[in-house]
Amino acid sequence: MMTIFGVPTQALFGQLLLGLINGSFYAILSLGLAIIFGLLNIINFAHGALYMMGAFVAWMLLSYFGLGYWWALGLAPLVVGVFGVVLERVLIARLYKLDHLYGLLLTFGLALIIQGLFRNQYGVSGLPYAIPPELSGGQRLPFMFLPNYRAWVVVASLTVCIATWLIIEKTKLGAYLRAATENPTLVQAFGVNVPLFLTLTYGFGVALAGFAGVLAAPIYSVNPNMGADIIIVVFAVVVIGGMGSIIGSVITGFALGLVEGLTKVFYPEASSTVIFVIMVLVLLVKPAGLFGRTA
Amino acid sequence: MADTAALDAAPIAAAVVPENRDDKALQRKIFIGLALLLMVAPLVLYPVYLMKVLCFALFALAFNLLLGYGGLLSFGHAAYFGMASYLSAYGAKVWGLSPELAILVGTATAALLGLVFGSLAIRRQGIYFSMITLALAQMAFFFALQAKFTGGEDGIQAVPRGALFGVIRLDDDRAMYGLVAVVFFLGMLTIYRIIHSPFGQVLKAIRDNESRAVSLGYRVNQYKLAVFVLSATLAGLAGATKAIVFQLASLTDVHWSMSGEVVLMTLVGGMGTVFGPIVGALVIVTMETYLAQFGAWVTVIQGCVFVLCVLLFREGVVGLIARRLRKPL
Repeated sequence: MMTIFGVPTQALFGQLLLGLINGSFYAILSLGLAIIFGLLNIINFAHGALYMMGAFVAWMLLSYFGLGYWWALGLAPLVVGVFGVVLERVLIARLYKLDHLYGLLLTFGLALIIQGLFRNQYGVSGLPYAIPPELSGGQRLPFMFLPNYRAWVVVASLTVCIATWLIIEKTKLGAYLRAATENPTLVQAFGVNVPLFLTLTYGFGVALAGFAGVLAAPIYSVNPNMGADIIIVVFAVVVIGGMGSIIGSVITGFALGLVEGLTKVFYPEASSTVIFVIMVLVLLVKPAGLFGRTA
Repeated sequence: MADTAALDAAPIAAAVVPENRDDKALQRKIFIGLALLLMVAPLVLYPVYLMKVLCFALFALAFNLLLGYGGLLSFGHAAYFGMASYLSAYGAKVWGLSPELAILVGTATAALLGLVFGSLAIRRQGIYFSMITLALAQMAFFFALQAKFTGGEDGIQAVPRGALFGVIRLDDDRAMYGLVAVVFFLGMLTIYRIIHSPFGQVLKAIRDNESRAVSLGYRVNQYKLAVFVLSATLAGLAGATKAIVFQLASLTDVHWSMSGEVVLMTLVGGMGTVFGPIVGALVIVTMETYLAQFGAWVTVIQGCVFVLCVLLFREGVVGLIARRLRKPL
């Protein structure tokens, strides 16, 4: 058996792949957080809960309507996105004139409600969600076994992240979005419907979270607590990357996933804290974050 | 963009009319009333319930010192509360310390932790500050989960209450209540003193307009760090005391939901009011005691209270009363 630094390559690459997958989720979630924060100036604490909701919608579509994974991949983000639009219109929109901290408190309350409701209905033990048949099995590479589904998750999330980046950087819609992020009053004066933009941006951001939830469903079991566990790590990712740059948050997400995977190989005890430790180091060296714009 | 947004945004704490001698007199009367209430309450109510309320009230007061007067929303106060309760429990159980020393050890731990975490967190402002404190507290949670001395999922159980100064046995709930009441009252007076000191005035100036405070020559970061450490220390005092009262330190005390709970207490009672957190703690602890039978619904109800408070009731109970009376409370 081949080894690198005394670790079998099989284990090393296996953990790296797992890290890359966690990184995909960090990337999509922090991307959504960054877009929402950029325009709405709100840190969406409910992001983790909506990610969990995406996974649950996928499970419900399968269990109650017999609609499989590929349907879920399209429908679940839509459901979560529409839910987000309703949340924004009914609740969040009332807070724009207040201190940003109220947005954090409101979305924290929403997260508690959503998680509590799912916990009451489905318990905390987790529900299984099968890998779609098209993506079961795997490839035997010279240095490791690569399960097809895991490869798909990495590819799918990279595609979504790049597509989002292209929309924001290269399309007219994205240009409006960036302009509204810089100066909403001025953009409104040019006749752009900024409140509608805010709503759609929030919907889009949480739809991304719902999409990540569907991707995660076959890997982790569908569990009401899955969002609460990941959102705090994603916050740390956001602090490390800074929310000024779309690409920055994607790169940071993937990179930190990899680092976490490596830590699992070489020093497993620290794997749950390594991202927080990196956050501390970044705060000491570059307080604005790796891609941050303002100090 | 950031600057104009800060100007547009309403301040986090309710604007209070300037204080004069009459207001101070009213607050003094409330203090005396509270002291009397603390003496009478155990005759009427179950002492263990009262002690729980008092520990959480002190925790919320400490948190409010940071949020209401420093304008800093920490989402990780469970770290100081919880780690202090671990150290206090460990000191009393394993090192065989007397309760006052155990509480002191726990409080000192929280102070130290507050110094380290605070100096990191104040490097960023606003929303980032909250995220950093939350992430650091989650690190403390994982530490408590993995470290040997905390007992993992079981926590530290059957902590002896011992004898205060080696003389007064605290196994009697009435004696224990006496200690908790004294700790709470002294903690509250300390916070009151801090708020009304020149230091407190500068804090409020920083909260309301940081740039102006900087331009006036105040070293804003030193003030922020100082109030952070004070707040963490007092939160630790509450946690350390709670560990002795309930003879237990567990992961619940360091979990992020505990950080959320103290935010909720302060929000319900009234951010930036002197007495609000006490009312908030009373409301939330009572609510949880009565709703315990509904299990997981407690979380949902807490969430609803959060949402309702943020949307409709931002001043909190005491904030509302203060506005009606046109006096700061």
